[in-house]
Amino acid sequence: MIENIIVVLLITGSTLILISAIGILRMPDTFLRMSASSKASTLGFSLFILGAIFFFGDFGITFRLLATIIIIFITAPIAANLIGKAAYKSGSKLWHKSKTDELKDTDID
Amino acid sequence: MISINDTIFFIAFPSLVISFLLILIRIIKGPTLADRVIGLDSMGYIAIGFIICYSIYFNSPVLLDIVTVLALISFLGTAAFAYYIDKGKKDD
Repeated sequence: MIENIIVVLLITGSTLILISAIGILRMPDTFLRMSASSKASTLGFSLFILGAIFFFGDFGITFRLLATIIIIFITAPIAANLIGKAAYKSGSKLWHKSKTDELKDTDID
Repeated sequence: MISINDTIFFIAFPSLVISFLLILIRIIKGPTLADRVIGLDSMGYIAIGFIICYSIYFNSPVLLDIVTVLALISFLGTAAFAYYIDKGKKDD
């Protein structure tokens, strides 16, 4: 039973990581690439780590890996936000089909 | 249902390798520095995935401490690069 759970977690995580990598390669814009990188790969690697938690089942390993999941869930959006803001300020262009640009009128510094 | 080792050997490792190669193409092509930084951030996560798969495949939880440190180091590197992109634009 626990083996089936681990197999499902690993297959779902692999699929999400592959989708994220394809998105990083194929998306037309820096910001859309950042979106694909930060969302899909966060969930994919968290599912990998959850599989390791179910596999080992040890007390110390469980808490260390749960702390790792919390670290990834906190730091990945912060990193994506920092990179996106720096890329916008350094003048990278939006995709020509993007409709809204909320930072166009503001003077971010 | 397939076993855990078959899942890792036939699904998880190949998908990680293919993702690594796709992100490598993006890092080589990438028009701006921000694209390359995004690729490097994702490569840090892929290293985490390799370590997790290795520890499950060989049943050795020794390397799992590295995962925590690698997540933190990857975030620090990305934050430093964002700061560098910001300041480097402002200076010239």
